[in-house]
Amino acid sequence: MMRPVCPLADIPRGEAYRWAIDTPVAIFHTDDGEVYAVDDTCTHQDASLADGWLEGCEVECPLHASRFDLRTGQVDAPPAKKPIRTHRVEVIDGVVHVAVAEVEAGRS
Amino acid sequence: MLKKVAIVGASLAGLAAARALRQQSYEGEIIAIGAERHEPYDRPPLSKDFLTGACTAADLALGDDDEDLGVRWRLGTTATRLDPRAGSVHLAGGEEIRVDGVIVATGARARRLPHTGHLANVRTLRTLDDAVALREALLGGGRLVVIGAGFIGAEVAAGARSLGLDVTVVEALPTPLAGPLGAEMGAVCAHLHGDHGVRLLTGTPVAGLAGTDRIEAVELADGTRLPADVVLVGIGAQPNVEWLAGSGLAISGGVVTDTHGATGLPTVVATGDCAASFSPFAGRAVRAEHWTHALEQPAAAVASLLGAPPPRPPAVPYFWSDQYGVRIQFAGHREEGDTVRIVDGDPEQRAFLALYERDGEPVAVLGMNQPKLFTRWRRQLRAPSPIPTAALEPR
Repeated sequence: MMRPVCPLADIPRGEAYRWAIDTPVAIFHTDDGEVYAVDDTCTHQDASLADGWLEGCEVECPLHASRFDLRTGQVDAPPAKKPIRTHRVEVIDGVVHVAVAEVEAGRS
Repeated sequence: MLKKVAIVGASLAGLAAARALRQQSYEGEIIAIGAERHEPYDRPPLSKDFLTGACTAADLALGDDDEDLGVRWRLGTTATRLDPRAGSVHLAGGEEIRVDGVIVATGARARRLPHTGHLANVRTLRTLDDAVALREALLGGGRLVVIGAGFIGAEVAAGARSLGLDVTVVEALPTPLAGPLGAEMGAVCAHLHGDHGVRLLTGTPVAGLAGTDRIEAVELADGTRLPADVVLVGIGAQPNVEWLAGSGLAISGGVVTDTHGATGLPTVVATGDCAASFSPFAGRAVRAEHWTHALEQPAAAVASLLGAPPPRPPAVPYFWSDQYGVRIQFAGHREEGDTVRIVDGDPEQRAFLALYERDGEPVAVLGMNQPKLFTRWRRQLRAPSPIPTAALEPR
């Protein structure tokens, strides 16, 4: 189910928005104008990926610098070992909509 | 070409070394010798989420079930002697392992107060077993006295407070954390204790611990007596290097190495908390105790052992601490005499970014609850040449 989150205009390019639902979701607006939604919490330790460093289609965890691919959820190097979930995003009439995935990370 | 390598030490640095050996195409045997009986686990949560029960021992595993490093683990086994000439590592119990390369990653252990071993509920915190025992003691409730207001002490104080204990922190120096952060920022971080109802007593050394079988009180040099049900001694760590006596390795506050873990012996490298490695940031040998150092330096040490160039330049030193729900992050190298100023946020709000400068150049950065801005600065410090400060001011 697609749920409205916020106007895309609220997330400048290169920035992220933390959607504080039960399992928080981070929505990234890349420098190239793409929009991605992934689980916000790093799979290693408690850190918000929305606070991380966005470079291309990757975000670097602000605590320990593991990098996650926003397209696949895969992680490049320890300390994080497990991928994050990726969620389907659509921008409808300028509003970001997200369908939160129900599958386990890495199985989508 | 090396055919058999021993990694002595099976914690973060030892595991990182095993991974680096395989990543750098080493195909020979690997034996990893660990004094603890546990498989490699993550220590930072021991003073944080593990203590409060927010995570369990299973969450701490550093290894990956899907990963086959082809390592023969010898856990619960202590190395007692290194004989580089014979190429042998001696183990407790008399066994001798013959190898042609050795990676020393034996880490450090918690420093203890002398003559306190007979007192129940006087604890240190370094290992998983320590953390299990400390947590059990804290769950008994009552009064905790923390000796030493460093990061471990502060984190345990915070965790114990959230478990409902009455907590007092005692620090011999006038300002906590003055070593890593400088007096000014050390004082700012120390305010967190008072914010959360924890007493902080500074500038007074501990004179002794009172009690017959179990701890009853901590006595300070000025005569103050602090009744205690549990005591956590957090007065630093010392490197596990005694077993290297007679090996020919230079030992000076740790195994002396170059930046990349190379020792004076071509078949031996040292890395992680046990190594005093030359730091290009400090301009001298430093025994770094940071988690990221133990994660990252082993790749360079492995390259040194294999005779290859280091895979990447040494990373800017980095550490973090979580206390009272506040995240403190630090990157860079601070020296006495560096100036520090707040460049964003407000210490009173417990959310700020402070910049350390030397000769007008940024050399280190401290963030309190400022992860995003902190990361921007940390990355800039990573750049090979200093960047003019003006270009880094927050947008």
